[in-house]
Amino acid sequence: MSELQEPKPRNPVRALRRPTLPPGGRSRAALRLTAAAAEGRFELQHCFECATVQYPPRSVCVNCLSHRLEWREVSGAGDLIADTVLHHSNELYYRERVPLRLGTVKLDAGPVALAHLHRDCAAPSRVTVRAHLDKSGQAVLIALPSKDTPNMADDPMLREMTSDPKFRKVLITDGKSAVGQALAKALVEAGADIVWLGIAEPWKQGGGTPDLPQTERVPLDLTDEKSVRDLAGVIGGTVDILINTAELHRNHTIADRGTETARAEMEVNYLGLMRLAQAFGPAMRARAAERTGATAWVNLLSVYALSALPSHGTFSASKAAALALSQNLRSDMRRAGIRVVNVFPGPIDDEWNQLVPPPKLAPSALAKAIVAALRDGVEDVYPGDVAQDVMTRFRESQKVLERELWDQ
Amino acid sequence: MRAAYDGVVIAAPVTIPYVRYSTRDAHWFLGRALAALVRCAGVKKGELDGLCVSSFTLFPDTGVGLTQHFGLSPRWLDHIPMGGASGVVALRRAARAVQAGDAAIVACIAGDTNHVDSFRQNLANFSRFARDAVYPLGAGGPNMSFALLTSHYMRQYGIEARDFGKLCVAQRDNALKFPHALFKKPLTLDEYLNARPVADPLKLFDCVMPCAGAEGFLVMSEERAKNLRLPFARILGTIERHNAFPEDPMQLRGGWALDRDDLYAQAGAGAADMDFAQVYDDYPVINVLQLEDLGFCEKGAGADFVRRNSFTVGGSLPLNTSGGQLSVGQAGAAGGYLGMTEAVRQLTGETLGARVENARLGLVSGFGMINYDRGLCSGAAVLGRA
Repeated sequence: MSELQEPKPRNPVRALRRPTLPPGGRSRAALRLTAAAAEGRFELQHCFECATVQYPPRSVCVNCLSHRLEWREVSGAGDLIADTVLHHSNELYYRERVPLRLGTVKLDAGPVALAHLHRDCAAPSRVTVRAHLDKSGQAVLIALPSKDTPNMADDPMLREMTSDPKFRKVLITDGKSAVGQALAKALVEAGADIVWLGIAEPWKQGGGTPDLPQTERVPLDLTDEKSVRDLAGVIGGTVDILINTAELHRNHTIADRGTETARAEMEVNYLGLMRLAQAFGPAMRARAAERTGATAWVNLLSVYALSALPSHGTFSASKAAALALSQNLRSDMRRAGIRVVNVFPGPIDDEWNQLVPPPKLAPSALAKAIVAALRDGVEDVYPGDVAQDVMTRFRESQKVLERELWDQ
Repeated sequence: MRAAYDGVVIAAPVTIPYVRYSTRDAHWFLGRALAALVRCAGVKKGELDGLCVSSFTLFPDTGVGLTQHFGLSPRWLDHIPMGGASGVVALRRAARAVQAGDAAIVACIAGDTNHVDSFRQNLANFSRFARDAVYPLGAGGPNMSFALLTSHYMRQYGIEARDFGKLCVAQRDNALKFPHALFKKPLTLDEYLNARPVADPLKLFDCVMPCAGAEGFLVMSEERAKNLRLPFARILGTIERHNAFPEDPMQLRGGWALDRDDLYAQAGAGAADMDFAQVYDDYPVINVLQLEDLGFCEKGAGADFVRRNSFTVGGSLPLNTSGGQLSVGQAGAAGGYLGMTEAVRQLTGETLGARVENARLGLVSGFGMINYDRGLCSGAAVLGRA
């Protein structure tokens, strides 16, 4: 299929389109589909007793009526047995997006799935069904070609559900850190239109930002409300993806000394995010519905936001605060269909984790994980082995993990 | 062998005229239907000791609330949320109630309003599966399901758009004589084929138009009907089935295929004996599906059957003689009653539109409730002239 063309600039005289959303109402059972899709997995209900796989989500097993249902990953492979093009919809969001391709897929796992249909699929054929978060933040099914096709990511419905950096304008709030640098490189490689690198102290020489094409340094100090507002005044109306990489990390326990360190970390990690949300949030929400509109907001958190690592106690606390704030931001941005992505790395391989034993996450690996998250349209990412390990333990038992982290 | 419906009859078919949009509510339409039944039968309201209700837009009320709303004290009450199968199912339930002596006269009413935005709101909350797995795709209502079914059917069995068109054109022809039809202009095959696309391969005239209106009928003993000097029709056989063939990945057959032998055995007649058929017709593909599953032709032979018959009143196998929902309009749950009231009129000779001469036996078929990917409720009844 034809490749996505670089979008033309918006006519500034024309009124901004107001954001509309696909229907977001779901039963409580169906929210588990969303929970898995938020992490990029396609899970369906499996019966614990008779192993039947079922969809749509039910409260008991359709086969044996057992209430012991488990959500487990399925392959999504299946036969597309019928397709249609919808030319009319009663929902405003879809009225703006018809014609709309939809299909019926008989999943190899058993059930029949009604799904959005990638433009490269036609019945009858083999397809792969995925669960993706749509603009409302809820999971919907989409059937994709079983083998990759040229420019597959450019499908209009898939692009509605993802935030591929291609042709998009991105702000990295701390462009000077190793993570910020790696991210800039990865985004330019991914076809980003512009990458703005926020620099907190632009008068400082050295430790600089190597010249990459498509990148531009901008002054941005998250501890200074005026600095944040000034930059939002200049580029707030054009940022499509904001990636908040700014963080202050001091490896202190809470018993160390005074509150200065804790305060400094909160200034950047928590209040810095709040300043960004207040300055950039409204501008991004206002133009979320444009064809070239704002699409995603990424927050670099820490897996220790889930459960504190006492040896990095003040840092953990500030990231936990940032996580709570980010959940609020997600709820706000949802109204405009902007995805808020939370990234929960383990220790990053930088100077503040010098004494942390490996494995540590290389900034380039973290950057790759963030670009992949944008492309895949997920909203929670646990990049690297430590993050995966802590997340798994967290889900098994929060209390056990709390004890396990005491002596690390 | 199931017990027959001996001594129980259906009478007093009433229609409250349809309108595209209404500012009235469902209670208003159902109330008018009840009043029409009382007037038509010449009974006092209090003599109606059974009530059976179907409606999509009655929320937050059910049939229970309507008893107080209408000042009725029935000793038998049913609320049947089965959409297009409501007419057949209401008849079955009411007939057994009368037969068992649980009620003497059951008023069966179905109706809905249609506000300018009520269709969209109904779709959004139609069922849990629809809310979780269909409506979020932008596919409000049955258009998507029937588009998928139609395209699959066409590929599987080689039926063509012009075959579906023939059914729609024939029904429009029937509708031109029916006073309550909302479509009053003839439809040509060219107009059908060149209409704007709705959901490929469905075009505008493949889809019913939602509207407001109500239908009703009475079920009582034959003796009572005679005392009231009411023309009536006999109930010869009925079936219903829900969620038939759940293992079929695509709905190419409905519950009728499972139960039609039972239906015809009870009725003592077969498909070939029918003087007309009133089948549920929200989309023409479902007409073909019913004709096949109810034994008018073999499965997959629908295209050939359509080409060999005319379906107009006066032609071979008069089908949906009032024009059906495709030409009259779909007044919500009343769409499930439209075929029933028309069948009674044909068998009593008290038609409002075109009359099938000497009709002695007629088939009424219902289909309802696209819960997720298919219609779940199917039903059929064979009625006979008194």
